[in-house]
Amino acid sequence: MAEIQYAAPETVAAAVKALAAGKGRAKVLAGGTDLLVQLRAGRISPDVIVDIKKIPELRKVKKDKGGFRVGAAVSGQELGENADFRADWPGVLEGFELIGSTQVQGRASLGGNLCNGSPAADGVPGLIAAGATVTIAGPKGEREENVEDVVTGPGQTSLKAGEFVVSINLPKRGKRGGDAYLRFIPRTEMDIAVVGAAVSLTLDAKGVCTDARVSLGAVAPRPLLVKAAGKALVGTKVDDAALDALAAAASAACSPIDDKRGTIEFRTKVAGVLARRAALIALERARNNA
Amino acid sequence: MSKHHVTTTINGDPTEFLCGTGETLLDALREQLGLTGSKEGCASGDCGACSVMMNGRLVCSCLVLGVEAQGAEIETIEGVAEGENLHPLQKHFLKEAALQCGICTPGFIVAAKALLERNPNPTETEARYWLAGNLCRCTGYDKIIRAVMNAAAEMRGA
Repeated sequence: MAEIQYAAPETVAAAVKALAAGKGRAKVLAGGTDLLVQLRAGRISPDVIVDIKKIPELRKVKKDKGGFRVGAAVSGQELGENADFRADWPGVLEGFELIGSTQVQGRASLGGNLCNGSPAADGVPGLIAAGATVTIAGPKGEREENVEDVVTGPGQTSLKAGEFVVSINLPKRGKRGGDAYLRFIPRTEMDIAVVGAAVSLTLDAKGVCTDARVSLGAVAPRPLLVKAAGKALVGTKVDDAALDALAAAASAACSPIDDKRGTIEFRTKVAGVLARRAALIALERARNNA
Repeated sequence: MSKHHVTTTINGDPTEFLCGTGETLLDALREQLGLTGSKEGCASGDCGACSVMMNGRLVCSCLVLGVEAQGAEIETIEGVAEGENLHPLQKHFLKEAALQCGICTPGFIVAAKALLERNPNPTETEARYWLAGNLCRCTGYDKIIRAVMNAAAEMRGA
C-alpha cells in the first residue's frame, strides 16, 4: 500500500488547494475521532489526509451578528468552556457534549460530527433546531448551506469534491428563546443515539410561541428538520394540546431502521416522547431568558 | 513517500521520532520511543487505555496521528510519578487494589489526573462520568473510584 500523504495547511485557501490536489482521494482531518477509526478499520484508504486544525479560524469561536461562528475544528471541550455560547445555546452543547467520552470530547468537532454523515450524530439535531448554517469552502469559493441540507444519507453529504466545512454559524438567540436536546440510549453514557430530539423555540412577551424548530436524529436515513412539529407550537402557549400535536408530528416524520437497539415501533413512539420533553425544557429556558 | 520527522515534547523532554502518516501517536510512543505504559486496548477510542494529555487535553493516543504531535506537548503515564515518588493517584490505586490485570490502569491514572487538575473536589458521579471512556473488565470500577476519591482528598489536604 502506498504511503498516505499528510498536509497541514495554515489557510483556508491552502486547504482547498490540498484537497483539490487529492482528486477525490483526500480526506479532511479535524478531531480524527471518526476518521482514524475508519482508517484503521480499512473502511477508507485516502491518498492524502488534510489536517485543518492548523488553520487559526477553524479553531476559534467568534461572536458574529449577535450569533456565533464556531470554527469547524473546535472541540467539544473548547466550545463547552465558552460561557457566552453555553448561555445562548445550551441545547446545541447538550448534543455536542454527548458525543463519546472525555477523551473524545478533547478532539471531536461539530464539523466532523456533521460531515461524518451519521443519521444518529448527537451534535446535529441541536444545530438544525437552532437554524444554524455552515460555511463551506471549495474550489469555487465559499458558500453557505443550512445544516439540515448537509447530510443526505448515511455517510453521505452535499459537499462536493474539494469542499470542506469552515464554520458552523449560529443565529442570534434573542430574548425569550431556549433550546434543548435529549437522546435515548439503553445505558447512561458512551452510546449511540437510538432516538435524538432537539427543540428550539422563541416566545413573545405574553408567552406565546412565535417560532419553533424541531429536529430528530436516528429515526431516518439522515437527521430531520420536522417542520410540522415546530408549527404545532407556533401561536400557542406550548400547552398540552400543542405538545400532543408536536409529539404526533414528530412520530409521523419517522422512518427508522429496525434493530435490536430499537424497533421501528419503539423509535417512532420515543421520538414523539423525547420531542415533547425537549420542548418543555426549551420552554423553561425561554421563560428564564426574558 | 518518506516518513515524517516529528519534533515534539514528551513529559517535558524535547523528543523526535519518525512515522508514516497512517501511524498513530500510540504507535510512535510504544514502538519508536519505548514508552509502553500507554496501552492499546480497542484501537478505536472506546476503552481509554491509551489516554495521554496533548496540549492540556485528555485524548486517546490511538485516535491521534503521530504526525499531529509535531510541536505539541504530550504527557504520558511515564511522566506521572516524580522519580521514585508515586503520584497520590498511583499510591491510592495500589492501596485500594484498584487493578487486577493492569492494562487499563495507566489510562485511568492519566484520565483521573486530568480530572483532578480541573476539579480537585469532584463528586463520585462527576468522577464516574469523567472516567466513562476508560473501561476496566476486572474490577467493576468501585475500587478505582474509591482510589480516585481518596487521592483527591489527599491532594486537597483533607
